[in-house]
Amino acid sequence: MGNRTPLYDTHVAMGGKMVDFGGWDMPLHYGSQLEEHNKVRTAAGMFDVSHMTVVDIDGDGARDYLRYLLANDVAKLDGKPGKALYTGMLNEDGGVIDDLIVYLRDPGYRVVVNCATRDKDLAWMQQQAQNFDVTLTERPELAMVAVQGPEALEKAKAVLGIEWAAIIDGLKVFESVARGDWFVARTGYTGEDGLEIMLAGDDAPGFWQALADAGVAPCGLGARDTLRLEAGMNLYGHEMDDDTSPLAANMGWTIAWKPEERDFIGRKPLEQEKADGPKEKLVGLVLEERGVLRAGQPVVVDGTEDRGIITSGTFSPTLGYSIALARVPVAVGDTAQVEIRKKLVPVKVVKPSFVRNGKSVI
Amino acid sequence: MSEIRSELKYLSSHEWARLEEDGTVTVGISDHAQDALGDVVYVELPEVGATLAAGDEAGVVESVKAASDIYSPISGEVVAINEDLEDAPETVNGSPYDDGWFFRVKPSDTSELDNMLDADAYREEAED
Repeated sequence: MGNRTPLYDTHVAMGGKMVDFGGWDMPLHYGSQLEEHNKVRTAAGMFDVSHMTVVDIDGDGARDYLRYLLANDVAKLDGKPGKALYTGMLNEDGGVIDDLIVYLRDPGYRVVVNCATRDKDLAWMQQQAQNFDVTLTERPELAMVAVQGPEALEKAKAVLGIEWAAIIDGLKVFESVARGDWFVARTGYTGEDGLEIMLAGDDAPGFWQALADAGVAPCGLGARDTLRLEAGMNLYGHEMDDDTSPLAANMGWTIAWKPEERDFIGRKPLEQEKADGPKEKLVGLVLEERGVLRAGQPVVVDGTEDRGIITSGTFSPTLGYSIALARVPVAVGDTAQVEIRKKLVPVKVVKPSFVRNGKSVI
Repeated sequence: MSEIRSELKYLSSHEWARLEEDGTVTVGISDHAQDALGDVVYVELPEVGATLAAGDEAGVVESVKAASDIYSPISGEVVAINEDLEDAPETVNGSPYDDGWFFRVKPSDTSELDNMLDADAYREEAED
């Protein structure tokens, strides 16, 4: 038996097909992954993401600590309580330990890191914290529910009541508001509008049921993966890991190079890599014929012997054909070939983003 | 619990086979297999006229989640394929034993069916 979120019994009662995910028993789907995917693109769906790791960072040194720990610069959050920032947490070699979102609380900060990387993340964060006046507090008692889709805000407001409705109306993308144990952020991992809501674990089953009664479809990790892939969002362990530079993972935009005097972990090797010119980059691939691109398949690029590799691939329910993210030599042109079952299949090379707000952006 | 039909023969790789009245053998994948794969999005079938040996790779079924090879449980010539699966691969999920069949073989030796698992033996395999 793995770890269970406060919503475990609810998932089982709603017919969730439970699978192991990083040591947690989580729903893969509740019948059809495709239907759940489409529900998020056209109406509203919800995901239990309580397995993710929430850490509150407090103390006078919190800002300095995070400016050193993270490649993006939390100084961008100054004076904007509730504002969120996406960033990589890098090692000394410039590889990605994890990607995370950091929110400015008032006072303090909150970070949400991946579940599969929890132990190494916390060990690293504690180690780096020794030189700063900070305390790290994990919040395992919190549940987290992501409500996503074009109708997500409307339905969440109906469930949360008029006070929250007014607050949510004032919430811009990548902003959050905290009240008691409730923490509501306009963030997500699907390419749709929506909210990520942290709340006390005891309150989660009732909240989930109320959302279901309001017509929000329970969705499993299967749909979460196809949605994030269509949106071109990275998944740790696929698009990046400890040996992958953020510059080769479409995360260059998350590195705050300025101010130049800010030292952050991984800065020097990244500056060197930038000066030398990165050798690989993350692109999107589109397969117009039949078949499905899968992680691990080699990518053949004209003009170089070096091979690329598909980091994530799937059938795209929204587009009706297969798409993938791939790390390839920078020499790549508008087309490439993927080796599928010992056959070379032509693919289009596009920017690593396929669907936003229900529509193709290829 | 997935459905296992008692009149069919099975492979431990989850294909089923049915001897038809005209002497041909129809092949598909079990309810257990379609459930494990999840939503099927693409089925690659052998060509009509192709000759298969028992145990040969005969095609591929791809779901949103994974790709899985399909093996022929029997030797012979492919006499029909289920062309409806090209436009409606999800039929495999909805009707794995009827409308979701894959291909039909004119067997060279029907006694090969005796090498397959019966429903009880397959149930034991599938539950492991």
